[in-house]
Amino acid sequence: MKGKVLVVAGLLLAGLLALSSVQGRAQGGEVTLLNVSYDPTRELYQDFNQAFAKYWKAKTGQTVTVEQSHGGSSKQARGVIDGLQADVVTLALAYDIDAISQNAGLLPADWQKRLPQNSTPYTSTIVFLVRKGNPKQIKDWDDLVKPGISVITPNPKTSGGARWNYVAAWAYALKQPGGSEQKAQEFVKRLYKNVPVLDSGARGSTTTFVQREIGDVLIAWENEAFLSIKELGAEKIEIVVPSQSILAEPPVSIVDKVVDKKGTRKVAQAYLEYLYTPEGQEIAAKNYYRPRLDSVAKKYASIFPKIKLVTIEEVFGGWQAAQKKHFADGGVFDQIYQPNQ
Amino acid sequence: MATTLPLSTRGLLPAQRVATAATGESAVVRWVLIGVAVLFLALFIFLPLAIVFSQAFAKGIGPYWASLRQPDALSAIRLTLLAAGIAVPLNLVFGVAAAWAIGKFEFFGKSLLITLIDLPFSVSPVVSGLIYVLLFGLQGVLGPWLARHNLQIIFAVPGIVLATIFVTFPFVARELIPLLQAQGQEEEEAALALGASGWQTFFRVSLPNIKWGLLYGVILCNARAMGEFGAVSVVSGHIRGRTNTMPLHVEILYNEYQFSAAFAVASLLALLALATLLVKTLVEWRARRQLAESARWDGEEQIA
Repeated sequence: MKGKVLVVAGLLLAGLLALSSVQGRAQGGEVTLLNVSYDPTRELYQDFNQAFAKYWKAKTGQTVTVEQSHGGSSKQARGVIDGLQADVVTLALAYDIDAISQNAGLLPADWQKRLPQNSTPYTSTIVFLVRKGNPKQIKDWDDLVKPGISVITPNPKTSGGARWNYVAAWAYALKQPGGSEQKAQEFVKRLYKNVPVLDSGARGSTTTFVQREIGDVLIAWENEAFLSIKELGAEKIEIVVPSQSILAEPPVSIVDKVVDKKGTRKVAQAYLEYLYTPEGQEIAAKNYYRPRLDSVAKKYASIFPKIKLVTIEEVFGGWQAAQKKHFADGGVFDQIYQPNQ
Repeated sequence: MATTLPLSTRGLLPAQRVATAATGESAVVRWVLIGVAVLFLALFIFLPLAIVFSQAFAKGIGPYWASLRQPDALSAIRLTLLAAGIAVPLNLVFGVAAAWAIGKFEFFGKSLLITLIDLPFSVSPVVSGLIYVLLFGLQGVLGPWLARHNLQIIFAVPGIVLATIFVTFPFVARELIPLLQAQGQEEEEAALALGASGWQTFFRVSLPNIKWGLLYGVILCNARAMGEFGAVSVVSGHIRGRTNTMPLHVEILYNEYQFSAAFAVASLLALLALATLLVKTLVEWRARRQLAESARWDGEEQIA
């Protein structure tokens, strides 16, 4: 019967050995980066990582593997704060990277000045996705607050895209003739009254709308809207471009404390800089992110509809102020949104 | 896919089951009740199961295998097997020890121990995941110390293993406690009186008496360990190819519009459930046969 004890001990030992081998995988002449990103960038970084690995191999001879993790932007930031070993973060909005700096001190407060264009290598905007033929005749933000319209958008507390959706709606109401803060608040309150379910991330909302067929209209990232039409076919859904929207700037940064510990600063820096090169910009444009580089932007100009875009700075005075006023606990969003009412 | 029988019928011999089935309702009542039950089962169990497999093979057998052979899928399968491979033996040892202590001895704090064993059943898996984040996270109680010593617990394999161990904690113990309690301690006392040591008593008297119950507990424990989503999702960090288990991989594939690949991986989990059921049935059948056999032996001995 001693045999049984030995079997159990053997199993445990095998388990631990396997465990340590999994942990030690990133050793040797190779380098592994972890890119912690937000929800809809899965396809973008799948393409980009391959291109970068090829570029880096040709340049330095080193084999680089970039691991990906995706989820709601704030949830991902929370993960990095709690110790998720991200070499680079590519999140939906600057505030979430600020949060990593403020809560965990993993990168300096002035991180956004370190790369060109506020560290946002690509931009996007917020558009609507409706069912084929637009049966509810949704043309602009006003149509979203009409009674009986079911609107799908994720939870602004966990999703960066959801916060862009919110500020885009707010900015629209504010810029209307006779618009005021009070009217804007009333407008978003009516809008969120039409929301039956708040998913935790943008991709969750897209599947709710497209796959589970809940709701009349999805407020979505432009890139996410294009992608779901590409994946699921134009016979089911179509894009509606509102008269005004917001210039969404999803920023990127290296996480200093992590890259210094792992010794990956050089390759992580090169990874982010590669996003600004013509090759990187081309990959972004192909995945429906609006490129920053003029030459690439011109080439893909026909894809992206012309919309009047306002910025977070001009309407809200930046993300810090917007976050504090609207999305902090007890902020405007908490005041206007009561589930099941 | 719950596989628990009501406790009261689990230990019964075939003869007793037949006896309880003979009641006096009219044929109409019986057939209506049976019909309702079958319809219910078909709707809530067989149909979803069939859909999983039909979706998995929607694009044919080639893409099915291809999606299972993707590096990320293989790594998810490996990680799931690893987590279960560590969690199940640990909980086997712990469960036997705890059930043995509770079933055979009286001691101070026994009811507290029973409550603690049940804790993972009563706590939401998401909360149990969060407990580990609060404990081992960078901002957590032990986080700064771990970071100084370059140890990564959550958002890495150890965290997933820990979370799996936690949620599957009660399965073996819960299965064994009633069994050990019902058996009493006469046989152990006899063994000790005849000069056996404590270990000898355990391995030669107690363990053989509970081995089928133990196996059953291990099977359930394993099924849950491989299928756990909530707790593992919180501590995983969702790094593709590194910290995604099979259930997490299914969610990712589904969210990336790769529906048949998602269902292909899901079908593996469903197959596991079916295999679990099969093994469970076999175990119960063997246990019953052995019981019947030993009963016959006893009878023959008495005649002789």
